[in-house]
Amino acid sequence: MKFIKNITVALGLSVMALSGASAAGTAEHPLQVDWSFNGPLGKFDLAAAQRGWQVYKQVCSSCHGLKYFRFRNLADIGYDEAQIKAMAAEYEVAGEVDEYGDETVRSALPQDVFPAPFANDNAARSANGGALPPDLSLMIKARHDGANYMFSLLTGYGDAPAGFDLSEGMNYNPYFKGGQIAMVEPLAEGLVEYEDGTPATPEQMAKDVVQFLQYVAEPSLEARHEMGIKVLLFLLVLTILLYISMKIIWKPVKAGKNFYEK
Amino acid sequence: MAEWEVVKPKNKAVGWFEERLPVLSLVNNVVGPATPTPRNLNYFWNFGSLAGLMLVIQIISGVVLAMHYAATTGLAFDSVERIMRDVNYGWLIRYMHANGASFFFIAVYIHIFRGLYFGSYKAPREVLWMLGVVIFLLMMATAFMGYVLPWGQMSFWGATVITSLFSAIPVVGESIVQLLWGGFSVDNPTLNRFFSLHYLLPFVITGVVILHIWAKKISDSGNPLGIEVQSGADQIPFHPFYTIKDAFGAGVFFFILAAFIFFMPNALGHPDNYIPADSLVTPDSIVPEWYFLPFYAILRSVDFPLGIPGVIEILDAKLLGVIAMFASILVWLALPWLDTSKVRSGNFRPMFKWFFAFLVVDMFILMWLGAQKPEGNIPLYGKFATLYYFAYFFVVLPVLSRKEKTLPLPDSISSAVLKPAE
Repeated sequence: MKFIKNITVALGLSVMALSGASAAGTAEHPLQVDWSFNGPLGKFDLAAAQRGWQVYKQVCSSCHGLKYFRFRNLADIGYDEAQIKAMAAEYEVAGEVDEYGDETVRSALPQDVFPAPFANDNAARSANGGALPPDLSLMIKARHDGANYMFSLLTGYGDAPAGFDLSEGMNYNPYFKGGQIAMVEPLAEGLVEYEDGTPATPEQMAKDVVQFLQYVAEPSLEARHEMGIKVLLFLLVLTILLYISMKIIWKPVKAGKNFYEK
Repeated sequence: MAEWEVVKPKNKAVGWFEERLPVLSLVNNVVGPATPTPRNLNYFWNFGSLAGLMLVIQIISGVVLAMHYAATTGLAFDSVERIMRDVNYGWLIRYMHANGASFFFIAVYIHIFRGLYFGSYKAPREVLWMLGVVIFLLMMATAFMGYVLPWGQMSFWGATVITSLFSAIPVVGESIVQLLWGGFSVDNPTLNRFFSLHYLLPFVITGVVILHIWAKKISDSGNPLGIEVQSGADQIPFHPFYTIKDAFGAGVFFFILAAFIFFMPNALGHPDNYIPADSLVTPDSIVPEWYFLPFYAILRSVDFPLGIPGVIEILDAKLLGVIAMFASILVWLALPWLDTSKVRSGNFRPMFKWFFAFLVVDMFILMWLGAQKPEGNIPLYGKFATLYYFAYFFVVLPVLSRKEKTLPLPDSISSAVLKPAE
């Protein structure tokens, strides 16, 4: 029966694509923030990314996984090896099977992936009223205008306007597709106590966690920007030299020289 | 075809080899000093060699990616992320390959439309042109299958929509779809065979490119005036003149490509493809890559059956749409016989010029329409744009061939481009 269902879905879908039924909810355009990583010279704000890591660890990680993120990656946002080892050691992960064939548990090491909050999707759904909290590793790249979108979403909660049909267990958020989201407002004044003493306003926390998640989504961003400037400069000089060479080489052609007949 | 000029190397060892396998002569006669080429080629003639360079870049970057990629549904997405995060310069190679595909298409589209304007499809270059159409079709198949490999949401649903199109073919349609899928839905066997074919087809393209260049050698390059070479005065050696001009063009082209790779690597992609494929969640809208959009718009615009309403239906709407989409490219094969005007170059065809310009605009309109949700007036605009597209080939060109009063052609390339001696 599965294949019949699959074919039906596929055909229905292509018909949909062809004939044009569409039922996507609309969402408000995200607020535009001037991020440090924007632009060709953009870099991560390491202090903010570190604060963002703290927000992720203490708030987001209770529901959202980060499956492509390993503790060793923290070196890129300014932590040293000892700090990373210590931070990893706060978590437990599955170890090797022992000599009796039993499962073991050990402290996490820098090479380990950040432990997922739930054993599997079903466990995640049942703990969250049926909604599946998505993994955040690539979230910034998986949405249009991702960084601004996430900042807007995190700070965009509010009361639904009169007449808005809010479903049971949902929260109003104009930046989310359809205007309602299962996630309750995650950030509140002073929810975390920043190690560097920065006041933890919801806006500050949202900006910081976006910095951190932008790093997780695109760890190569800084290396890419640095190399890009060099490559463009090289190509610019090369292209100018090629242009000048062309002009010199083409002189006899422009002068009308006949290369084949005297 | 110009005389074949044999290279006689001074070095004895090289000479010994050259006698047995004349590689140097081959290069010399295809892109070397012994390749007489019209002296008046403009920058639109750069895009052939650029497309060739892009093919090489795609093959090299693709081979490296294949060393790290796992073509199985459970690992494909993860292996791509591993390339992005843990493989040395993996991000660079992957962004080169992804943006390289787009720039390959940019080069090829400009190359094709240069041919359309300057009449490159006319005698004696019909076979050269048709081989080019074959290359384009192979490129589309390769690019489509390549986009499936990361196994993101757009990969999966794009593959589902496009492969399902074949089910519109009567009698054998369902069997073809099952063959493409390797089962009863887009799944692991589909991914596996797409990977295999995605690796194979570029080498098939390379083979057809060799034939394409061979045919070019036989009929020689066309030129913006569209008149035949008459004497040596009309020509210059390919090397060094066009090698340096192509190199300069490549510098400009790669500068723009590098700007995309390093500063907006995902601008031409779709964010949904950073979500792992999920057969239970349909994306809001399934949009193909930009280079397929004009043809996708034609597919969607033909949503009516062929026949007399209420009396007879010859072709159902879905099949007619699929036929229209394929016909929109296959019609290029018939161009040499649709446009019989003796004048090749659009420069000397005052009416053709306008219809051609509008065809270019029409392609951009179709591209835009293909990206829109088919709501409101979009399907209607699509029908007009599709109508013009086909009218250009089936009505405008044949009629203009007979009716258009063309401008007088110059006597020769040299007399047209060289200032008279003082």
